Amino acid sequence: MKLTRRKLIVGGVLGGGALLVGWWFAKDRDRLGDRTVFKARMGEVALNGWVKVGRDGSITVAAPRAEMGQGIHSALAALVAEEMDAKWSDVRVEDAADLNVYRNVEILIDGLPFSPEETGRMIDVAKWAGSRVSGLLGVVATGGSTSVRDAWEPMRLAGASARDLLLRAAAAKAGVDRKTLTVVESEVRDAAGKKIATYGELAATLGALQPLRDVPVKKAGEFRLIGKPLPRIDVPAKVMGTAGYGTDVRLPDMLYAAIANCPTFGGKTKGFSLPSAGLPKGIVKVIELPTAIAVVADSWWRANKFLTGGDLRLNWDAGPNAGLDSRAIAADYAGLLKDGKPKLTRSRGADTPPADAKFLPATYTAPYLAHATMEPMNCTSLLDRGALTIWMPNQSSSLMRYVGAKEAGLDQDKVTVHTTYLGGGFGRRAEVDLVRQAVALAKALPGKPIQVLWSREEDIQHDFYRPMATARFVADIPADPKALPGWTVRLVGQSASSQFPGRVLGIGETGDPDGNSVENPPYAFARYRLDAIVPQGPVPVGFWRSVGHSHTAFFDECFLDEVAIAMGRDPLELRRALLKDKPRHLAVLDAVAKASGWGTPLPAATGRGIALRASFGSIVAQVAEVAVEGRTIRVRKVFCAIGCGIVVNPAIVRAQMESGIVYGLSAALHGRITIKGGAVEQANFPDYDAVRMADMPAVETILVESKDAPLGGVGEPGTPPIAPAVGNAIFAATGKRLRNLPFELK
Amino acid sequence: MVALTINGERRDVDAEPDKPLLWVLRENLGLVGTKFGCGVAACGACTVHVDGVATRSCSVPLDQVAGKSVTTIEGLGGDRIHAAQLAWIELQVPQCGYCQPGFIMAAAALLAEKPKPTDADIDSALTNICRCGTYQSIRKAVHRAAEMAGARR
Ligand code: FES
Ligand code: FES
Repeated sequence: MKLTRRKLIVGGVLGGGALLVGWWFAKDRDRLGDRTVFKARMGEVALNGWVKVGRDGSITVAAPRAEMGQGIHSALAALVAEEMDAKWSDVRVEDAADLNVYRNVEILIDGLPFSPEETGRMIDVAKWAGSRVSGLLGVVATGGSTSVRDAWEPMRLAGASARDLLLRAAAAKAGVDRKTLTVVESEVRDAAGKKIATYGELAATLGALQPLRDVPVKKAGEFRLIGKPLPRIDVPAKVMGTAGYGTDVRLPDMLYAAIANCPTFGGKTKGFSLPSAGLPKGIVKVIELPTAIAVVADSWWRANKFLTGGDLRLNWDAGPNAGLDSRAIAADYAGLLKDGKPKLTRSRGADTPPADAKFLPATYTAPYLAHATMEPMNCTSLLDRGALTIWMPNQSSSLMRYVGAKEAGLDQDKVTVHTTYLGGGFGRRAEVDLVRQAVALAKALPGKPIQVLWSREEDIQHDFYRPMATARFVADIPADPKALPGWTVRLVGQSASSQFPGRVLGIGETGDPDGNSVENPPYAFARYRLDAIVPQGPVPVGFWRSVGHSHTAFFDECFLDEVAIAMGRDPLELRRALLKDKPRHLAVLDAVAKASGWGTPLPAATGRGIALRASFGSIVAQVAEVAVEGRTIRVRKVFCAIGCGIVVNPAIVRAQMESGIVYGLSAALHGRITIKGGAVEQANFPDYDAVRMADMPAVETILVESKDAPLGGVGEPGTPPIAPAVGNAIFAATGKRLRNLPFELK
Repeated sequence: MVALTINGERRDVDAEPDKPLLWVLRENLGLVGTKFGCGVAACGACTVHVDGVATRSCSVPLDQVAGKSVTTIEGLGGDRIHAAQLAWIELQVPQCGYCQPGFIMAAAALLAEKPKPTDADIDSALTNICRCGTYQSIRKAVHRAAEMAGARR
């Protein structure tokens, strides 16, 4: 964990509407920032770009990542507090501005459409730099389970540098050598352990002291806060009902907009007709946007009632996709499985199967999925005297600012983005559709703050969906049951990475697969070949918690079970054999096997299934215990082991595993978006349901810590293994192999 | 004008009689702790108490609550923090937190009716959705709140 590691930062430099891309190599210490970066309020002083101290003793940490439930504000603040030796209850967080020091470098590296093991990372970066999308991705963004990995070095340095600055002030005040001072719970003490001053008392004495960039950070054994289940900073407000989400933004004279998006993908608006009685009470204006009609009113309920009540007639041009049908798309994909031209091919091991091998084929499918964040989509904006202000639950303030400025025709320095708490993100809130809509309405009604809020129906029907996908495997089953199997797989599915840059920049698809849908599995197959076919099409697809892994883990891990069974081997034992040179994977697999009592007897009609997936730098293995009663699938227990390197906050890691499991289980048992006549057929929770309390399995999480392994992400890796673990358990319970999601027993 | 009691205070609301209580709270009364999730009584994010009964406020028009007593997350527990809220903090239940006011209101109504709820009671009373998947912590927190309330009594 050297602080001098060089990282490549990509900055989007935007001038005159043109995108220029600035490249430079930055050291982590270049991200420290000076004392002017983090704006201080009355009674506060900034120590560097990341931390302020108040005279009241408060320590405020800049949080450039969005708090969407993953506890990131608390995890990031703990990195700073650790190095400062701060008292945890003094620590607060504040939304950070969209500035270079806060940019997420890790998300950029992780976003490469190449397997990390394939070539050196820097070579990958250079390759990826050639693609026209790169400029915008060096951004203040939250996703890819990258936040702690990105912040690990710069934020610990910020804490260490802040501590050093305060100690220099204390040494001057007491007339002693700085080296003799210690800090306990925000209090600076002299060599004899006597109090000199608290951090709060020192705040007024800093003068012109400047932060140093070459300050050592603690070694792993010295941590006091990292590794502890510290209470989360955001919890009390969320329990008292005072946490402010996007929908809770209230501004003087604010108006509300309800939205009807054109029902078909790619369709347009074609006017509207007002009722002869005129506008009802409270309705301010009906505004036609290119693909949506907005009713603006003094109340969202009034706006939505008028919009959906039937008095306002909306006219649509259904556009070129009026006949779009997901069943027809699925049929196309079946054809592409046979003869589609791969965009990417990857292979290793032997070129041909052994002469005595038998072949085992199977085809799997997964549907489109919506994100269904608990807080419906919204964005509040105000365009006033050439300045645009945006209040928004979002996963990338850089992107929102860029798109907001473009839509308003302003320079980016005239745009401010306030990131509220997010009522769920899961990838949906990295999208820029809401900000575009909100700013278009703000332009129509300048000087008035407007809150755009979508109904749940709009949310489900106008999402950027997890791509529908299918895979065709053929395994080589060697005659010698002790030999290792091989397989080939052809994968067909749209790619969010291919579409997303186009949505932001207004360009076409890049055609690249989602990087993590084509990651090589860790297994030592005798032969392995992947052909990825990336169809393009009008269905908008996006980043859905764990992205490509959300379906490829289901395909791979269920098929691996089929291979084990065809070879007459135990699914755990075969995985162990295939991982024998991967000690970290093995440790995680063994931990979950042991906790779950793998191999011990279960009641009738009950089965255990195992699955393992490495994603976002972490390794997760799960065992699901499933009971089948008639056609009902009951997931009773889930054991989950995670190896994510150093654990910053064990309580948050456990919570994220449970969360990822429920999200994946909701999809595996209920989730399916279908399209007919160019429009999504589902509309609200009654037909796009989620796991609820009564279906919640007991989850037991085991943390497999390894102090020398690189930090892994935790927000997403819990999701991929659950569907295959359940699928494999259903097979164990019933002998039925379900190869299509969501699971249905006939 | 419709008169009702909100968090112990009498309020006169000037709104359409068919306006759902959820939107009356959020728009007319400035009480934004109660959340909009689905609008069709399917998710429970909007749960409040109407005369002590857990109610999905998105689907109850204002005129149906005329003269009744409504409690929201802002008024839960009166002057002191409700045992459910204490337990929720102790067990660090929320993730994104958006669903939590609704869950806490549903849990508080359950605890009022059944001070020592079983797991089955929890399953049948707490049918809300949490997309972040905090169900396991919520279950523990309801049991913990039952203990805490017992100790307070
Ligand atoms: S908003 Fe009322 S139940 Fe969902
Ligand atoms: S905590 Fe996010 S929906 Fe429940």
